[in-house]
Amino acid sequence: MAFAMLFDATKCTACRGCQVACKQWNDLPGEVTTHTGSYTHPAQLSADTWLLIEFHEVENDNGFTWGFRRRACMHCLEPACASACPVGALQKTNEGPVVYNEDRCIGCRYCMVACPFDVPTFTWDRGLMEGAVIRKCKFCVDRLGSGLEPACAKTCPSGALKFGERDELIAEAHARIEAQPAKYVPHVYGEEEVGGTSILYVSHVPFEELGMKSLGSEPVQQRSEQIMEKATPAVALGMLLGLGGLYWVVKRRNQRSAKKASATRGDREASS
Amino acid sequence: MTTREAVLGGRELTVARPISLANVLVPGTLVGLMGLAFAVAMVRYVSGIGAISNLNDAYGWGLWISFDLLCGVALAAGAFVTATAVYIFGMERFRPILRPAVLTGFLGYLMVVVALLVDLGRPERIWYLIIHWNVNSVMFEVGWCVMLYTGVLALEFSPMLWERLRLEPFRRVIEMLVIPLVILGTTLSTLHQSSLGSLFTIAPDQLNKLWYSPLLPLMFWLTAVAVGPAMVILESTISSRVFKRGLETDLLGGLAKVIPVALAVYLGVKIGELVATSELDLAFKGNLESNLFLVEMIVGVIVPMVLFSLPKVRRSSGWLLVGALLVIGGVVMNRFDVSLVGLARPAGASYFPSWMEFVVTLGILAGGVTAFGLVARNLPLFGEHAHAEAKVGAR
Repeated sequence: MAFAMLFDATKCTACRGCQVACKQWNDLPGEVTTHTGSYTHPAQLSADTWLLIEFHEVENDNGFTWGFRRRACMHCLEPACASACPVGALQKTNEGPVVYNEDRCIGCRYCMVACPFDVPTFTWDRGLMEGAVIRKCKFCVDRLGSGLEPACAKTCPSGALKFGERDELIAEAHARIEAQPAKYVPHVYGEEEVGGTSILYVSHVPFEELGMKSLGSEPVQQRSEQIMEKATPAVALGMLLGLGGLYWVVKRRNQRSAKKASATRGDREASS
Repeated sequence: MTTREAVLGGRELTVARPISLANVLVPGTLVGLMGLAFAVAMVRYVSGIGAISNLNDAYGWGLWISFDLLCGVALAAGAFVTATAVYIFGMERFRPILRPAVLTGFLGYLMVVVALLVDLGRPERIWYLIIHWNVNSVMFEVGWCVMLYTGVLALEFSPMLWERLRLEPFRRVIEMLVIPLVILGTTLSTLHQSSLGSLFTIAPDQLNKLWYSPLLPLMFWLTAVAVGPAMVILESTISSRVFKRGLETDLLGGLAKVIPVALAVYLGVKIGELVATSELDLAFKGNLESNLFLVEMIVGVIVPMVLFSLPKVRRSSGWLLVGALLVIGGVVMNRFDVSLVGLARPAGASYFPSWMEFVVTLGILAGGVTAFGLVARNLPLFGEHAHAEAKVGAR
């Protein structure tokens, strides 16, 4: 059983109830922010803001329309962050959430480089006593364990965010698109992207307009995992044996030429 | 015994050196920088990385990772290139420049570790790598290489200490182990240099196609092999001036023969890959990335490749230095391009290092320079060299 959530941009009213519910359940403090000229507020995800509704003005034939995007961890089926974390602090659970262990994180921030969705954030204001670590949405794994749905999905008043089983939600997403092909973009974002994600999107505006990158269907860590699995052990073994062999060959050759040199010198001395 | 010999021998430190402005200014600046960096580091340990840096959630890595870590490791490559030449290829004539090269590498790695202690969110957990394994993670390999190779370099460096302390048994143990140590060191270096490139193979969508390549590990390793001799040239030139020693131009010229070969292979791989993926036209788009790429490839790769293939250049100490600086500049640019400039960020994100980030970097650099000076004055760093020079003089 793999849990997932389906976000329907056509139903979102940008009330930001999910944003507030997330802060409440996870006990996250408010942030001092500055006005950026956009309704998106705060402007970005942070260690204290794990979920954000972004406001995108999308031009169309009638002038413009709003595109609201739910921005938070996508809970990839094959997460790059978990592959990147040197100490295994980030893990994919069978139930869907990508969880992290704050007690293990060393704060190297490689997960922030690896994540194709720019999700993990860092506690920049923490000193040595508090310990600076990575923070991100946990899919309310502590609620799932008690049979509750995530705080954001529970709160959503317009039905834009639906919690359920991944296969069923994918089927429902396609059904919605088929039922109203004129309304929806014919794509379920997250079904295939980077190997599939647990957060799925359907939308009335192109996903690029919502700031969502078009990504391939292969997990981004494919290459680096190949390097770790195959190239690294091969290079290590090859170098150890090759250098050892080279040392032996060079040494023997030098010894031989030294012997030859001393032999010829000996001959010369004998003949003189 | 002249003053110069006393300094060279490193034994009679009580010999009064003439007090000049440089003798006060240089140590003063070094100590000042270290002290300032220490103070900034204390602010970081109390109030967080955000208090001293401009790093943010879009730019999780900045100056410290690009310069202190990536350039630091690349510029420490002189140690493994020289050690491989002397011990594996049996090129005994390079032995006089071995000790300074190993010391530069060892100090370089120590500087990387110090920088990590500032940059890591939880530096006190740096040893977690030993107990918590994720063998899928390139960062896991990077961490292990730093730990192990710093240890190997410490052992390769240690004979200087044992000689000074007259602990002959210790020196002999290292002498017995030196071949396995060098083989292990070269293997670890190769893994480490290449793995720093592998780090960025996980970001195929973020990294500009001019730099992204599945062959990044090979490219990082090749450039490290090229910059290793260049760093030996730079370090030898500086210490010949500072410690008023002769400069082994013939030896440096010999070691420099590696550079055009490594750069030519690198250039072939790099351009070949861009042609194969038909991305070469990105280099001529006239934007920031393409201009940086062209400067990096022409000034930092092609020009020094041509220079170092000319015997005239390899025989001139001045030209050697010019070529070395170009290679070093090219590699530094490359590491910044891959890890900082070339990575796409969310719209509106920006980063330029704060003055305190520069202070930390400069302070660590000052620490390395100070440690080199202390070792040069107190341990038989150029001991073997003085010997070789005497032989040359006798001829």
